[in-house]
Amino acid sequence: MTEITEESIRAEVRAWLQANWDPDMELVQWRSLLADSGWGMPSWPKQWHGKGLSATLEAAVENEFKKIGALGVARSGIRMLAAATLFEHGSDFLKGRFLRRMLTGEDNWCQLFSEPGSGSDMAGAVTRADLKDGKWIINGQKVWTTSAHHAQYGILLARTDWNVPKHQGLSYFIIEIEQPGVLVQPLRQMNGHASFNQVFFTDAVVPPEFQVASLGEGWKVATTTLMYERRFAADGVAAVPGQGAVRAGRAYEQERIETLKHNEPYKWYPQRAGRADLVIERAKAAGKNNDPVIRQEMAKLLTLYNAAKWTARRARAAQQMGRAQGPEGSLGKLIGSHISRASASVHTLINDADAMLSGSDSPMNGVIAEILVSTPAASIAGGTDEIQRNIISERVLGMPKEPMTGMDRPFKDVPKNTVS
Amino acid sequence: MKFSFSNEQEQFRTMLRRFLTEKSPTSEIRRLMATEQGWERDFWQKLNGDLGVSAVHIPEAYGGQGFGFVELAIVLEEMGRALLCGPYFSSVVLAANAILNAGTEDQKQALLPGIAAGETVAALAFTEENGRWDSSGVALTATPSGMGYRLSGVKTLVLDGHTADLIVVLARAPGSSGDDGLSFFTVQGVADGLERRLLNSVDTTRKLAKLTFNSVAAEPLGESGAAAAPFARTLDQAAVCLANEMVGGADRLRQSALDYVKMRMQFGRPIASFQAIKHKCADMLVDVELAKSAAYYAAEAAAEGTGDWPAMASLAKAAASDAYMQIAKDTIQLHGGIGFTWDNDTHLWFKRAKSSEVFLGSPKYHRELLMQRWNV
Repeated sequence: MTEITEESIRAEVRAWLQANWDPDMELVQWRSLLADSGWGMPSWPKQWHGKGLSATLEAAVENEFKKIGALGVARSGIRMLAAATLFEHGSDFLKGRFLRRMLTGEDNWCQLFSEPGSGSDMAGAVTRADLKDGKWIINGQKVWTTSAHHAQYGILLARTDWNVPKHQGLSYFIIEIEQPGVLVQPLRQMNGHASFNQVFFTDAVVPPEFQVASLGEGWKVATTTLMYERRFAADGVAAVPGQGAVRAGRAYEQERIETLKHNEPYKWYPQRAGRADLVIERAKAAGKNNDPVIRQEMAKLLTLYNAAKWTARRARAAQQMGRAQGPEGSLGKLIGSHISRASASVHTLINDADAMLSGSDSPMNGVIAEILVSTPAASIAGGTDEIQRNIISERVLGMPKEPMTGMDRPFKDVPKNTVS
Repeated sequence: MKFSFSNEQEQFRTMLRRFLTEKSPTSEIRRLMATEQGWERDFWQKLNGDLGVSAVHIPEAYGGQGFGFVELAIVLEEMGRALLCGPYFSSVVLAANAILNAGTEDQKQALLPGIAAGETVAALAFTEENGRWDSSGVALTATPSGMGYRLSGVKTLVLDGHTADLIVVLARAPGSSGDDGLSFFTVQGVADGLERRLLNSVDTTRKLAKLTFNSVAAEPLGESGAAAAPFARTLDQAAVCLANEMVGGADRLRQSALDYVKMRMQFGRPIASFQAIKHKCADMLVDVELAKSAAYYAAEAAAEGTGDWPAMASLAKAAASDAYMQIAKDTIQLHGGIGFTWDNDTHLWFKRAKSSEVFLGSPKYHRELLMQRWNV
């Protein structure tokens, strides 16, 4: 047996690509080859579509793919979180049943955690799963579900026991979306876009073998999913859906369409972040760049914007040097809200009365208007500013948690929102 | 552009912090700030003898250690954290940089080794009673006289001006204006015709003096009439240094507030368990870390001499000023009643935050400079 080195792996993958990669192949067919050969997810275990390689060697493999423009397995959306969760808590049956079609892109996934009555307090979920005639029957409502309208499966957090305290009565399931008991409806936001869905369950059915981990372990499993969500967000894994370039070949064309579909919900995200990058250009265009108040406000905003970028670079540099994570890595979400708010305020100052207009009647064909009505979401979506401050104060600064009420009694006796 | 300190730089910081924590406790700060001098030569020479901090960024050719702006910034951050009572900013930052930027080779050879060794304490006199930080405010005149010059006029807000051995003075040729006719001079602290008066100041850890020049004999420093550019460079370097000093002080205050709220009990629980307190502490961490990022970036940019480093100097000065002042106010607030007493140490740093906020130009001034430097 020869020793595996980066060079030997690179040579091996190059040879394999040479023999197998064909841009005119059906995308699913190509990804099936990847899933079966292990080259699609080299860091996954050998028995589950991987090669058991280290992250460093995986990066080398990805680099070889990139060199010749070979497409990879499907990675977008929730699928990678679902996969990582299955690797930690799922049965072999579940891994065998779902992992391959995640990679080929035949199945899309969504995450069914948040509810109208439990946002920041996710463990307060009241969607119920009741065992009847050997099957789980699901009733309730989930919300903020990206991609539910084109997902085949969802990871679901539901309450299976109302007689124990909040966190202990939850279980974790995989649910098929395309069934009569599941209704997916778009949720329209104040900016007019409908990037998310509401998902209603009326006697929806989950077979018992689709339960992940043991009964009552739902919170633990959901915590794993959320941990990967933060980690992937920090690594930028989910942020790179495919190669996107305009290249000839059936596989490229199919991937381009897939990417467009997956990116559709995110097209207003740059505006939500405030577009601080536009203020100088806009101030000059509007003839306001010599207004001393606007100059001060632009300088404040751009100082914040740059300092935020450098703070993220400091966190990454420390990580690359193998140092313990400093506080600078935990602040990005909260700082992002500050930038977003300040940007909206500066864009308003610059555009003045034009800030009343939208669409084709407004500056930059509606982009500015979209900033003004999208930025309020930044300090809420993905964890409110208030929750971020709790996380920073507890995990970074070591401050005590607020005493929680209701932890000492059955969840059914805890005051909660009325489900309408 | 680098975004991390090397292991050697981190070790240097650790050593410095340990030394300053031990040698400059608040009892020492309180003792020295009550004196007219504000610092003590014995301690100053020991500090430089043991750690060579005055020599850090001065080139080896002039008796220094030849490190760069990043190491200088580390020293300043730690001095700001410790609130060290010593003539570091005046002598090593302002005066030494003016000499490095403007002086001839011979003048650097003659003047810098003493500063690097901590034997000579120098000050830079540039601000006048109009309170302007740039060269447009300079009215003090230098009149040729025999082999040298005679200086007449008034400088104020001169850091350690009443105690310095050597004073670097920015003056102009009679009848000149703007950037024209500006020259640097050196004057002995005990020169005839020089009246030095300690000003009453809010921050007594940082002594300010008013210097009245009555036809004082002076030696020219550098090229006559060409001081505008080296002076501007000196000011930008000083802004980078002050920004780094400020983030050190801000971080110290932030930590002191956090330590206090974890210990303070009210309503049967540590006040650190109330969200109103936790959220303020989280915001303070954000403020300090953002200001650190700006200060570190500006130091690295100055070290590398990137094209935009003067803009970054202004950005960092404005960011650090705002952050330090905000943290100082928050720290008092989190301490409650004891926070605004004389016995509690917070006011020592609060006053440094207040004086640093406006020293070398307010945040508003530097934000305007930033816009100009970005050609907006």
